[in-house]
Amino acid sequence: MIELMQEQDTYSAVFARMETETLDGGPEALLSLRKDAMQHFEELGFPTTKDEQWLYTNVSAIAKTTFCPATRPDVAVDAATLERESFAGCGFHRLVFVNGFFASELSDTTELDDKVTVISLTDALKQQPDTVMAHLAQYADYKTHAFAALNTAFMEDGAFIHVPKGVVVDKPIQLLFITVPNNETSNEPIVVHPRVLIITGESSQVTVLESYVGLGEQVYFTNAVTEIALGENAVIDHYKVQRESTKAYHIATMQLNQQRASNGASHVTSLGGDIVRNNINVVLDGEGCNCNLSGLYIPRGKQHVDNHLLVDHAKAHCDSREFFKGILDDDAHAVFTGKIIVRKDAQKTDGKQTNRNLLLSDSARVDTNPQLEIFANDVKCTHGATIGQLDDDALFYLKTRGIETEAARSLLIYAFASEILDEIKIEAVREQVNNILLDRLPQGDRFRGFKGLQ
Amino acid sequence: MPRSFKNEKDPWIQMLEIKNLHACVEDNEILKGVNLTIKAGEVHSIMGPNGSGKSTLAQVLAGRDTYEVTQGEILFKGKNILDMEPNERACEGMFLAFQYPVEIPGVGTAYFLRAALNAVRKHRGQEELDAADFLEYVKDKMSVVDMDAKLLQRSVNEGFSGGEKKRSEIFQMAVLEPSMAILDETDSGLDIDALKIVADGVNSMRNPERSFLVITHYQRLLNYIVPDYVHVLIDGRIVRSGGKELALELEEKGYSHINAPMAGSTA
Ligand SMILES: Nc1ncnc2c1ncn2[C@@H]1O[C@H](COP(=O)(O)OP(=O)(O)OP(=O)(O)O)[C@@H](O)[C@H]1O
Ligand SMILES: [Mg+2]
Repeated sequence: MIELMQEQDTYSAVFARMETETLDGGPEALLSLRKDAMQHFEELGFPTTKDEQWLYTNVSAIAKTTFCPATRPDVAVDAATLERESFAGCGFHRLVFVNGFFASELSDTTELDDKVTVISLTDALKQQPDTVMAHLAQYADYKTHAFAALNTAFMEDGAFIHVPKGVVVDKPIQLLFITVPNNETSNEPIVVHPRVLIITGESSQVTVLESYVGLGEQVYFTNAVTEIALGENAVIDHYKVQRESTKAYHIATMQLNQQRASNGASHVTSLGGDIVRNNINVVLDGEGCNCNLSGLYIPRGKQHVDNHLLVDHAKAHCDSREFFKGILDDDAHAVFTGKIIVRKDAQKTDGKQTNRNLLLSDSARVDTNPQLEIFANDVKCTHGATIGQLDDDALFYLKTRGIETEAARSLLIYAFASEILDEIKIEAVREQVNNILLDRLPQGDRFRGFKGLQ
Repeated sequence: MPRSFKNEKDPWIQMLEIKNLHACVEDNEILKGVNLTIKAGEVHSIMGPNGSGKSTLAQVLAGRDTYEVTQGEILFKGKNILDMEPNERACEGMFLAFQYPVEIPGVGTAYFLRAALNAVRKHRGQEELDAADFLEYVKDKMSVVDMDAKLLQRSVNEGFSGGEKKRSEIFQMAVLEPSMAILDETDSGLDIDALKIVADGVNSMRNPERSFLVITHYQRLLNYIVPDYVHVLIDGRIVRSGGKELALELEEKGYSHINAPMAGSTA
């Protein structure tokens, strides 16, 4: 307990110092929001495995490490890296952040429709403080979630996206978060608190991709919060491809609030990170919503990946689907918690949860808990979870046709993943994840260029 | 009369020699000393009651490691194959048409079969085929069993009807051109039209360098695929062998009359 207090004290001290210096920009309301969040963080402290929401994910390594706030890095991101990471040639609109700081020289929103706003959060707070403050921290709950509180207190910069009523954004908007060592000589672990706010108007449509990339193998901490206010009858496809350094900590909260008849989708690919937690919270706050959450995690070594989903069916006639798959090797550990709450008035709810895990080694471990809390009586909810190894019968069948063991294993692993890869509708992104997967498979090269092994 | 085929140049005129083969699963002995020799070009049939070990024998021949071979040997074209992986045996020309073909979701049939064919071709020192050449190559083979080309686009066996699965097995055999094909109840569950198609497919592949081991419960199949020899497997042993007329006898009298007199002599 005492130790924990000290861990929080570090953040408190930093907050006190920064409060008068760097954080004092922007509207008055923002500073009081930060102070309130800091106060809540001090009260909450870092969660422990005694906390029901954190039973299987131990964040003491994060709590114990002293991270220094990132400063604007003096290390440049080279052109080749940018080209690779930003899907050059695909014409995505993009904002790039290096160690949390907006890098306007690397960003490109020139092709964007005038009616759509895609700017850094800092700029947004200057240009339209009232709109931003009306939404910021209104969805992601920092009063009970320590990491959201920490982000809210310390958020440095991030993205602000506004898609007005009726507007369909042609190309995906990419938010590229790159983390590099603070400067070339320092290996000091840094912490970055990226913040994303997306507001969409009635009947609008947009696709957003958040890419997290760690250059190098250093220890750092990404503590991200994304809030999405999805308007009536609006559509959003949200993707996250997380490729942090394998020593990094990545804790992220995505809060999606959906209005009537809206259609929200989120897909999370977890590849990097030492301790990874994706909180994905959805509130279906109007009738007739559709929500589709999917994800793929491929931990190996000692990686720990926790996907923590909460879908709150607040209104009637909404459909939600959770579909997550994991492939675990070595000593990896994965956690899946998929909770569906169906409120008293949410009749005709259709909720479906599926979590499938493939274990490639005897020491890999999965804890999966689909949970249903149902207070309405006319609903349809199903859940299913599986943890298994490669199918021996299938392996044997492939081998009797001449296919070598390694290739047969790769084929089956790839087939297992391909179903979830198909959930990625942006071709370039699907290709990116596909290639990373193939790089990891023995003889994966054989499958390159095939779509779904057809 | 069994056909006899002699080819002096051919070093593996004995296609398959199974000598005193014993196999267990978890201390439970299933094959209890099987002896069987198949010459190049011959068609042998194995019949026997449920649970007598027919599929076990087929799977052991193909290299399934669930079964532990505790005694005996298997020579394929003169080579001991007991230490070979299933894929190595396949590359050497062994093929098993499964009694219950496995569904493999997410793996397209065309992709799978090209990977298989290329593995075998590579082993034979032939050039690997690209997707276009492969499609050209399989066109003929599909006609062997009148297989619907659409099945190539689907996942391996997934959602195939029973008949489609069996046809697909024979189609795969036609593609891989094995020298020793084991067909485990490929006829079961087929209607007469499908049975004829499958049998025609097999017959079209009969040649002096290729042997077949046809496992079946039904004499009906043997009207179409006429065997040189018929063997009866009961409780892990071949208790009787004969020509194709043995199948007719079994059809008429069942296994019980065979079992009784043989029991003493094989115990
Ligand atoms: N993997 C296994 N584990 C345990 N027992 C097995 C296994 N495989 C086969 N057996 C047992 O071995 C015996 C022979 O089975 P097998 O499948 O070889 O019979 P079969 O002659 O093919 O029967 P059928 O005509 O019904 O196909 C059966 O008693 C079966 O239960
Ligand atoms: Mg059988």
